[in-house]
Parts: sequence; structure tokens; C-alpha cells
Amino acid sequence: MNEIDARRRQFLKTSLGAAAIAIAPGMMLFEVAHGEAQGASSKVRWGMLIDTAQCTSGCTDCVAACNKENGLSGGTSATDSQWIRKIEIKEISSGRTLSLPMMCQHCAEPPCVDVCPTQASFKRADGIVLVDKHRCIGCRYCMMACPYKARSFVHEPLTGQNPDVPRGKGTVESCTLCVHRVDQGKKPACAEACPNHAILFGDLNDPESEIARKVHSVASTQVRADLRLDPGIRYQGL
Amino acid sequence: MPTPASLRTKNRLYYLLLAAGGLVAGVGLYAVHLMESHGHIITGMNNQIVWGIPHVFAIFLIVAASGVLNVASIGSVFGKAIYKARAPLASLLSIAMLAGGLAVLMLDLGRPDRVMVAATNYNLTSVFAWNVLLYSGMFALVLVYLWTMMEQRMNPWNKTAGLAVFAWRFILTTGTGLIFAFLTARQAYGSALLPPMFIVLSFAWGLAVFHLVQTSIYAWNEKELDPAILNRKKNLLGVFVMGSLYMVATYHLTNAYFAHRMDFERFILLDGGVYPALFWWGYVLLGNVLPLLLIYLPGLGKTRCVMASSLMVVLGAFALLYVFIIGGQAYPLDIFPGFETVSSFGDGQIGSYQPSVYEFLLGLGGLAIAFIITTVSVRVLNFMPQDKPYIAD
Repeated sequence: MNEIDARRRQFLKTSLGAAAIAIAPGMMLFEVAHGEAQGASSKVRWGMLIDTAQCTSGCTDCVAACNKENGLSGGTSATDSQWIRKIEIKEISSGRTLSLPMMCQHCAEPPCVDVCPTQASFKRADGIVLVDKHRCIGCRYCMMACPYKARSFVHEPLTGQNPDVPRGKGTVESCTLCVHRVDQGKKPACAEACPNHAILFGDLNDPESEIARKVHSVASTQVRADLRLDPGIRYQGL
Repeated sequence: MPTPASLRTKNRLYYLLLAAGGLVAGVGLYAVHLMESHGHIITGMNNQIVWGIPHVFAIFLIVAASGVLNVASIGSVFGKAIYKARAPLASLLSIAMLAGGLAVLMLDLGRPDRVMVAATNYNLTSVFAWNVLLYSGMFALVLVYLWTMMEQRMNPWNKTAGLAVFAWRFILTTGTGLIFAFLTARQAYGSALLPPMFIVLSFAWGLAVFHLVQTSIYAWNEKELDPAILNRKKNLLGVFVMGSLYMVATYHLTNAYFAHRMDFERFILLDGGVYPALFWWGYVLLGNVLPLLLIYLPGLGKTRCVMASSLMVVLGAFALLYVFIIGGQAYPLDIFPGFETVSSFGDGQIGSYQPSVYEFLLGLGGLAIAFIITTVSVRVLNFMPQDKPYIAD
């Protein structure tokens, strides 16, 4: 080996060592900050049971809480995002009226995931249906496919976003079941905000959970059950 | 015989046409730039009508791109000489319209800059992802097909390539129909009739476009199409127009037969304002009845009548697609069957849509792209149909 080669080898060694020393603390601090990354578990199926008898007509506390939590403007024009909305429904044959919140139903067989060309729409192992904002190309096919009109398209540039809830102009978005809160062991903002506790959140797969026991004991309905999408959101008294 | 002076005039006219096409395409791109920087807020599209005018243009171009190949298939697959002479022009039009349609579809995306994401992440259950493969495969196949026609050494492969294109375009238009057929929750869509309906529509629309371009090319070259050939091709257009009207009628009749879709049919065919008007006046009368009269009434059916009927078929196509795509979305989803619904998000309400000028500019830009590709190709390569003195079939 000549002298130049030896020096070159030494230089490479030193550079690699310096790079490792530079990167290592960052990597370690990242782990300290975020804890050990743990994926969602397929043993869990997050869901909600909404008691329409407890949902007051005209009350929009859940909507306001969602808007605040997720940094939505709260506007209600045809181009504004609405992740959750209150629907007033009236049975045509009987005239019976009900008020209920409607949002992404977090289907077990989500049509939005089926039709998304880039796999931007996806279902987490724990049943939460999400949009990967870095992958969404904004084709809006999922909006065409969703039977619940649960999705919104971001029509304008955004400002003042909540860092926990990234959004992006030109992409599609919908209720995330407040996944950032759920992952911290908290309830979704709408469930927490409801003054009448009409929204019960929990793990449908855990037989000991309140929601599973309730679903077992009271009659509840999945909206458009005929489509066999098995939504994670169920309604009582519909 | 062309004189040097007339050739010079034509030369100028050619560059003028090209400049006009370039201008329209450029303005379309500027509209895209504005949609990119301001967001889709400057369009008429919203959270209920998520696909608008750009999709009407794009789907017309893509469906017609598949249908125009019918001319080539009748030549290559079924061996009819007058169609075979027109196969290169039909293939060129197919590529041109596919390019224009896909450009519109892509540039209307919320994030057109992520086209690489679409090209590298396939969701195998998504018909959109299938279409990415079908459209790019179609480009490649039609190019090979053209090669087998225009390069003598490749001629032996012509029949094989023609068969492949024949099969591929059926699958491609099936894919386009499936985009809507797979939408089970919407009253307007979710029907297995849609793929065959789109296939038959493609025959009529593609042939109409072909007639328009062919007549222009003949006029440019100061030639007149043999009346016997014109007669056969106009009769074929007549048959395709009747076939497509039959498919559209069947689609609406099957919908009307299902009690849960009757309200939608009443909306789209009777009391939905602009949609029934466009359907009956635009599609049925202008796009079908008048063209059929121009083709079949005794004493009519000359070149001008065929041109006029082809133009009407194209305009009727736009009317039908507007009704189908936008009217279909305007009708609200039936989230709670048997209930009336009211909300801040337009539940239970007919969606409103006012297309903006930017959407039209984008759509016209797509037409311009198809026009430029056709004009330049016809100029630099020989796409003029060369009929034999004696036609056996």
C-alpha cells in the first residue's frame, strides 16, 4: 500500500467516526423524546357508540371541540372541511326526529382505502382509518366512494395548524378519531366535549370495556349496514 | 395541383394553427398554475361536487381515444381494406386524445407534483391504479401498432399488434366505466351496465372525432373522400349512435325500476333543472336525434351532413358526461334511507356547482394538447388514408 492510499484510508475512517459521533446523540435524543415506537395493535378495535337519545338538537359542542382540537376553521361553506357535523334527521313515514353527529365511520372494510390509488388512505391495525398526507395526490376518488360523505378536500392554503394534526392544501382529510389523543391514552375531543356523554369511546374488541358491554346489551345500529362495511361507529336509538 | 404560392399560404396557416393550439395549451397551463397556488377554491368544485368540468373533458378524451381505435380494429382484426387504410390516423388520434385527457386528469389533482407517488405506489384494489397501468400500456401498445404499420419490416406483426390493441382498449374502457361502477353507495353510479355503456359510447364518440379530423385532412390536401367510403362510415356512425342511445336508455330504465333509485331518476331526467335540460336537449336531441336525421334522411348524408352530425355527437357527449358526472354527484347521498336529512355539510341537499373559467381553460388545454400532437404528426408523417383504386370488401 503506498502512502497516499494509507492516508486516504485514514481519512475515510476519521470521517466515518466523526459522522457517527455527530449523528448518535440526535438519534438517542429522538428516542428519548418519542419513547420506543410502538405500532397500533390489531387486538384493539377502536369505536364509538353514540346514543341519539342523549344528543340534543342544535347542540354542536362536539363539532366545536373537533374544530379546536384539529385546527379546522369551523367554516361551513361547501369548500370548508367538516370532520364532524350534526345531522338532523326526520323519518318520512312517522315524522320522528333525531339529532346525531356524523363523521368518518372507521369501517372495517373502508371503500376509501379500496379505491385510493396510492395507498394514502389506510386503516391502522386498531381500526382507525387515516389519510397519509404525504402520499395523497388529491384525486378525490375516496370522496366519491365514501357512503357517509365523511371526507373533505383542502381547497385553500392553510395557516396556524396544530402540529399534532398535519393537514395540507390539495389533499383529502377526515376524522382521525383523534388518533394523536388516542395514542396518548385519551378520548377523542368530541367524546370528551359532549355535555350529555352521548358519545362513548372505547375498544370494541375488549369484552370488559364499557363500550363492548353496552354494544352487547343495548340495540345499536351501523349506518348503511346494508353495505356491509362494518363501521366502528354505532348508533343507539336510530 | 398545389402552386408554390398556395403551399406558402398553407405553410403559414400550419404555423398559425400550431400557434393557436400552443396558446390554448399555454393558457390551460396558466390556469393550472393558478389552481396550484390558490388551491381548488378558485374552481367551482367543492366537497359535494368533487369532480367537475376538467373530468368531463378528460373522460371524453379518454373514452374517445379508445373508441377511435375501432376504425383501426375493423381494419386490422376484421380485415376491411378501407378501415385498414385509416388505421394509422386512428392510432395517432388515439394517442393524441389519450395524452390530452391524461394531462387534464393529472393537472386537476390536488397535488399534481406528486405524480411520482402515483407512479410508484400501486394499490392493487384501486381501479384508478389499474387505470394508470392500462393507460400507459395503451400508449405503448398503440405506438408499437403504429410502428408495425409504418415500418415495412414490421408489417408481419401488424395483425398481432392490432389484436392486442383491440383487446387492450376494451379492457381500458371497462376500467374507465368501473371507476363509476364501483361506487356502490351512490344512486347515479354503482351499476354493472356502466363499463359496456362506456364501451359503446366510445365507439360513437371516437368515430365522430375521426370523421371530423379525416374531413379536415382531406380538405387540407384538396382531396375529396370517395362517396362510397363516406357512405359506409356514416352508416357505421349511425349504428354506433343508436347503440349508445340504447345503452344510456337501458341504464336509466334499470335505475328507474329500482324503487330506491326512482327519486334520483326523477331528478336527473325531470325536475333537476340544468341536468334534465342538458340530457334531453343536449344529449338526446342534439347528440342523437339530429345526427341520426342528418345521416339517414333521404337526400342528406353528404360530407357536410356527416361533419355536422359528428360535431353534434361530440357536443352531445359533453352534455351526457356533464349530466352523468356532475348531476350524479349533485344528487345527495342517501345516508339514512327513509329519512329526511339536514346538516351544515349539505346532507339531503342538491349540491350546487358553478364551473369556473379556470376549469374550462384546463379542459380546453387538454383538447389543445391533442390538437397539437395531431397537427404536428400529420404534418411530419404520412397519416393521409391511402385507398386502393378497387376495394374488394
